[in-house]
Amino acid sequence: MQRLLNFLYEYRAFFTFLLLEFLSAWMLVLNNDFQSTAYFNTANGLTANIIGFSQKASAYFSLGDVNTELSRENAQLKTALELQRQQSRNPFTSQDTVIRYEFTSAKVINSSVAQFKNFITINRGIDAGIEPGMAAISTFGAVGKVKAVSEHFAVLISILNIDEQVSSVLKRTGSIGTVQWDGTDPRTVNLLYIPRHVVPQAGDTVATSGYNAVFPDGVLIGIVKDVKLREEAPFYDIKVELAQDFTRLSYLKIVKSRLKQELDSLEVVTKGKEP
Amino acid sequence: MNRSAIFIVISFVVYLLAQVMLFRQLVLFNTAFCFLYVAFVLMLPIETNNLALMLIAFVLGFLVDVFYDSLGLHAMSLVLIAYLRNYWLVTITPQGGYDAGEGPTLAANGLQWFLVYTLPLLFIHHFVLFFTEAGGFRVFWFTMSKVMSSLLFTLFVVLFLQYFSFDRRR
Repeated sequence: MQRLLNFLYEYRAFFTFLLLEFLSAWMLVLNNDFQSTAYFNTANGLTANIIGFSQKASAYFSLGDVNTELSRENAQLKTALELQRQQSRNPFTSQDTVIRYEFTSAKVINSSVAQFKNFITINRGIDAGIEPGMAAISTFGAVGKVKAVSEHFAVLISILNIDEQVSSVLKRTGSIGTVQWDGTDPRTVNLLYIPRHVVPQAGDTVATSGYNAVFPDGVLIGIVKDVKLREEAPFYDIKVELAQDFTRLSYLKIVKSRLKQELDSLEVVTKGKEP
Repeated sequence: MNRSAIFIVISFVVYLLAQVMLFRQLVLFNTAFCFLYVAFVLMLPIETNNLALMLIAFVLGFLVDVFYDSLGLHAMSLVLIAYLRNYWLVTITPQGGYDAGEGPTLAANGLQWFLVYTLPLLFIHHFVLFFTEAGGFRVFWFTMSKVMSSLLFTLFVVLFLQYFSFDRRR
């Protein structure tokens, strides 16, 4: 026993090193797939305030960009409104459709595109009814999903995060694939698992499929930029140019799916009955 | 608490705030990061105890992680540097040893020694950090370009600050 203690004492630096590294690695793994009310991230009140402080200075320089973006968004909303007005005059449109999604507007107070795992912090939290797992979209396309919330802030996993996968559909052919970022270019993502028999073309639209009830279906993700088919590969290598420029994210909407719980529990019940 | 301890606490806060408020937003060409906070661990007095060094590194790394939303990543890389630092300092002791009471600075030991001291440690830090974040070697050359450009950027800022304080002391 004495010798064991002596041994531990002799190499205490090395053992402390191992302990601390183990602790870090454990946090790293836990952080990768953890959705909760987390404290040690940028949703934390103190952290968010410090970030907001430095953001104010840099936000001043991007005012022009934000303005352009907002006026573009305004124009799109007006078009959508007009479309809806015309539809409501149509006597064949049903008036008792279930409202499936609610939207909450939020301002981006922190975002990055240069890391492999990018996150976005917004200024809405539990008090605005935001929960982990909700989708975030902008006027131009899908942005990400909520990872952690605090009282007044929330952290989103950006689509520009190598861990994030979004079930999506090639609009023209109707084939289902998965959008995932490879960590390199913040303007393009990869569309995976599109089988050989499909013929995708540059210029095709890629949108969310709505299969996992996080994103509503039909939210634009981007436009196919480049299609390659390696010999003997079962799937295409497809590069998709993102509809939303993530370097200029300023405002976005959090989507609250009213039917998510119903859908999830129905799926659980159905799966439970399978033999 | 003596004067040097107070100085260390203050510079801890300054390095941390500079990192999370300024350098976090300063990414050049989408690849070059400046991880100046590593310099805090590198610049601690030569006789600093290995255990204290690692604990300080862990706390600093953890706080940086909170701001980067990357819990564990910076802590892991920085603890490794803190562990290696003292062994490396012993290995590259100049002839006649270090001057008592002097930090491992450019002013005390000259540019050549300073580069030999900082370059390998910064490289190891950036290498571990980026490849851990990338989750392996899938995009090896892209990740490597991040490592090298960040190394240049960080080293540039570290040297700049060294010369800045060098002038003030004389």
